[in-house]
Amino acid sequence: MNIDRRMFSLIGGHRAPFILSIAASGAAAVMVIGQAASLSRLVNDAFIEKAPPAALLPSIGFFALFSMLRMFLGWLGHAEANRGTIAVRKDLFGRLTGAIALRGPLYARSLPSGRLSTTLIKGVEALDAYFSQFLPQLVLALLAPLIILIAVFPVDPVSGFILLATAPLIPLFMALIGKRAGAMTDRQWETLSRMSGYFLDMLQGLPTLKLFARSRSQHDAIADAGERFRTATMKVLRVAFLSSLTLELVGTIGTAMIAVAIGLRLLTAGLTFQTALFVLLLTPDFYLPLRQLGLKFHAGMEGTSASKDIFAVLDGAGNGSIDRSINGPIDGPEPEGHQKVPFEGKNTPEAAPFHRSEIRFEGVSYSYPGSTEPALSSLTCAIPAGRTTAVTGPSGAGKSTLMNLLLRFQDPCSGTITAGGRPIGEYPVEAWRELVAWVPQHPFLFNETLRLNIMMANRSATEETLLRAVRMAGLEELVDRLPAGIDTPVGEQGIRFSGGEAQRIALARAFMKDAPLLVLDEPTSHTDPELEATLQRAIGTLMQNRTTLIIAHRLETIRSADTILVLEGGRETATGTHRELMESSAFYRRAFLEHGESVQ
Amino acid sequence: MSIFFRLIRIVRPWAGWMLLAAFLSFAATGSGIGLLMTAAYLIAKAALQPPLAALQIGIVGVRFFGLARGVLRYLERLASHDTTFRILTSLRLWFYDALEPLAPARLMQFRSADLLQRIVDDIQSLENLYTRVLAPPVTALLTALLLWFLLGFWSPLAAVILLSFHLLAGIGVPLLTARLSRGTASGILRWKAEEQMLALDFAQGLAELQMYGGIERHRKRLEHAESEKLALERKSALVDGMQETLIGLIMNAAVLGVLSAVLPEVSTGTLSGIALSIATLAVMASFEPFLPLPGSVRHLEADIHAGKRIFEILDATPEVTEPSSPRPIQGELPIEATALSFTYPGTLRPALDAVSFMILQGARVAIVGPSGSGKSTLTSLLVRFWNPGSGTLRIGRHPIEEYSPEALRRHIALVSQRTYVFAETIRENLLLARPGATDHELGKALRAAGLNHFPTRLGEFAGQHGMQLSGGERQRLAIARAILQDAPVVILDEATASLDAPTEQEVLRRIEEASEGKTIITITHRLQEMERFGSILVLKDGRLAETGTHTELMRKQGVYHAMWNSQHQSIDGQQ
Repeated sequence: MNIDRRMFSLIGGHRAPFILSIAASGAAAVMVIGQAASLSRLVNDAFIEKAPPAALLPSIGFFALFSMLRMFLGWLGHAEANRGTIAVRKDLFGRLTGAIALRGPLYARSLPSGRLSTTLIKGVEALDAYFSQFLPQLVLALLAPLIILIAVFPVDPVSGFILLATAPLIPLFMALIGKRAGAMTDRQWETLSRMSGYFLDMLQGLPTLKLFARSRSQHDAIADAGERFRTATMKVLRVAFLSSLTLELVGTIGTAMIAVAIGLRLLTAGLTFQTALFVLLLTPDFYLPLRQLGLKFHAGMEGTSASKDIFAVLDGAGNGSIDRSINGPIDGPEPEGHQKVPFEGKNTPEAAPFHRSEIRFEGVSYSYPGSTEPALSSLTCAIPAGRTTAVTGPSGAGKSTLMNLLLRFQDPCSGTITAGGRPIGEYPVEAWRELVAWVPQHPFLFNETLRLNIMMANRSATEETLLRAVRMAGLEELVDRLPAGIDTPVGEQGIRFSGGEAQRIALARAFMKDAPLLVLDEPTSHTDPELEATLQRAIGTLMQNRTTLIIAHRLETIRSADTILVLEGGRETATGTHRELMESSAFYRRAFLEHGESVQ
Repeated sequence: MSIFFRLIRIVRPWAGWMLLAAFLSFAATGSGIGLLMTAAYLIAKAALQPPLAALQIGIVGVRFFGLARGVLRYLERLASHDTTFRILTSLRLWFYDALEPLAPARLMQFRSADLLQRIVDDIQSLENLYTRVLAPPVTALLTALLLWFLLGFWSPLAAVILLSFHLLAGIGVPLLTARLSRGTASGILRWKAEEQMLALDFAQGLAELQMYGGIERHRKRLEHAESEKLALERKSALVDGMQETLIGLIMNAAVLGVLSAVLPEVSTGTLSGIALSIATLAVMASFEPFLPLPGSVRHLEADIHAGKRIFEILDATPEVTEPSSPRPIQGELPIEATALSFTYPGTLRPALDAVSFMILQGARVAIVGPSGSGKSTLTSLLVRFWNPGSGTLRIGRHPIEEYSPEALRRHIALVSQRTYVFAETIRENLLLARPGATDHELGKALRAAGLNHFPTRLGEFAGQHGMQLSGGERQRLAIARAILQDAPVVILDEATASLDAPTEQEVLRRIEEASEGKTIITITHRLQEMERFGSILVLKDGRLAETGTHTELMRKQGVYHAMWNSQHQSIDGQQ
């Protein structure tokens, strides 16, 4: 709950550089005293004692020596704090990617696109200032003034008291104003990302704005939004900067008080000039770390704000119950292929005859968090082994939920899913997924070559297998058209594919993976008709000997299925063959008739 | 350098604000120097034990400068932040205005959100052009001048010595650190770009990575990019620390230098010891504004880098420009293509190859053909995203180029699969099509598009890219927008592809009802209920292969017949 404590805990095993940094900065503060002593001596000798220049040489030498030491120690302190920060960031980055992996695709998709990558990259970057500047400064702000006080008190207790009396004002004011400013900085961070998101949204939607002839009038909307953002931010800053104003004033007024007090005592000869100058030289250095803390406080708070997004990602990931290796940075070689769960058809003779074991949903319910309507409610059904089951039903019937449960992107709230009588939750999740090939509705293509995009399904596959998958998925002609063939980069830095082409690439992946359970999500919704027949054949080949689940709206795609499962409102309302359903399911009959009119 | 001046030109309207902020910054620094100088004066004078009244000037000065520095610094920070935000808004507007005419033809490579995001970040990074790049040198220069003036009073030699140290700190150190960290800033940007791409792939492709066991491999790549970036950041931080150390050393050397110039004069009595004390403290205080200068150089490097990428995009010439005297759009809008050809830049094969056809106002026409046959290109030409390559495209009997592109687009409603849903409310997304429409009108359009439960949800947030809505809902929202637009020509480009069959039929029927007298062009590769079209244009490889009604085309036994058969083969085989 205490955010600073949580931030502090991120340091973990990287304390050493931070301690060294603080020690170096403390030593630098001692050098400051040496500098002030030698310089005040020097000026005093020249001004009051009227010493000849040659007699001043020792003071000059000491001054130069202390200066150099101070600068070196200062640099060391800076460098060490940075070293520690880099280590913390590296650690945190690894933990975050692990947490994202653990929370899975449904979580990633529930957030606005780019939100996770922003947290991962910019969020972690925003923490830099907290660790490399704010935290060391916080300690230094206690340490350096203390060292100076120890030096000043013996020679001039009056100034010492003034310093001691004014110093606590700084943290006091900071705490008073900081609280309010903290809440405002939080809001500010929100506005900032919203503003930049708004602008990006407009740019991305530019073609659509043009279609509605609204693109030029949008200029004013952007200007308005910018202006609103500016006024809102300035309102925050006017208060936020008050904290540094207060700190600054305490520092300068303290300096002025000491100067006047010293001056008056010099008049009455209560103080020597040398001591007076010594104290005066140290006064700015007494307030400086406190003042800088005020500046870095801001940077620190920005880091604290950003950390909330980071902790939100980390917290949801639990303690890594699924896979230890995911939680924490990865060292050492890539874990190659985990424990392969064998199945018949792949080369292990004693393998469980997976493809002959049916998959059963038994009383499976699932509700999305925050939703009152269950997406699936006590669904009981069977997906027979080695055959094709089509799932259909109106939008929102629970088809995607069914698929996500089977892919283990989410776990049932109640009920069990079994494969061959064994609950699928008992398989290690990685091992379970080894058994499943998946062709999603909107396959994602990575910013790599087409080859790597397909090979991801089976990295050790031969060229022959790859080319076969390409051919089977009807991608041959497409590959021939690409400038660098199968080695053409895909995505933003290369060729972009249409939805249908992306689906065919996903099919090629499925061919490569050669898994016993096949899950297809509306596989032919975007492809063109000439290819569709080819694809149907390809999919037919793919489905042979495999337990297949197809989700589709298009009845022609599923009509050839062995079993058709009709879902409505999260429940199974009918199941059977096409012929049976024409009799028994109103939804199916209506959908088929409206769809099929022109066909007949 | 020319990039730098082009950037400067964009922020020039805010020159007054920038000057004000720079002056406030200088005044705050000057007050800090004044505070130490008057304090030194005060104690040096007091050490000579004059009457109390003689100290009055010092006491007042110390108090004045003490207050002034705090207040001026506060004002300066407000002014410079305000300026920064103004600059950011101008930069965004400038970028938007420059980009708007280029969309979408010249932005083909930016279809992905990620590249655009990077450009948006580039613009964001330019916001510090003032605070980090322009302001520090001005403040440092003014401070150096002030000191030159003050010291010159007592000792011209000391002033010259101080000036040389100022030059060393103001020019020497930045040059040195820039040399040491050359390429660091751009290297960080490069790795960050790589990392961003990987992070987006990671977040969006998580499902695929999980299904194919690619998580650990991808994480390693991400962490590699992060490590490389951090290594460069560390280098840059070390140089940063070194620069502070160097300036500190130069400051101390300057103190010694000035002292060595002044001391002989003090010992001979030509200069008072008071001046000695004041000069020492003034010199120490005067180096503060030099600290940010090396940072300025690095920020300049980064800004020019960002500026270069931005200008690379914006320097393209727009594909479509407004005619000088656009023809008003009135009456019926028949569409006629004569030997129309079009080839996308950078490709060899024409997307449209000598296509000729005529579509009368009020007609119901389908354009069919496999993907890549040129169907969507035809749409892009009609809505003036591209200019026809050769041949003519007439609308309302006049070449399409004679109309204002904006006016023309108001007369054509296009529903395509790529229709964008903004991260605003559903209401805002609909109002785009008809500004000022009442909720009642919006509700009617939503119901017509098959979104019966939406009229009560107008205030709901559609989510980024409309992600709060399902694919089918987004598509129906796009249809509702087209209905609201109420244009005489409606193009449905695979508009109902992701709807289930009953919904699709329902929506098509409603569109038909709402489109009395309007031209409806349906682009599809799915041959269903083709009898409802008065004529069907069959495109193949950019050419018009056949035209006619469904019955005619089936009888012809040509391309269409083959397509139809291949599509219905599997069903026929079953029965």
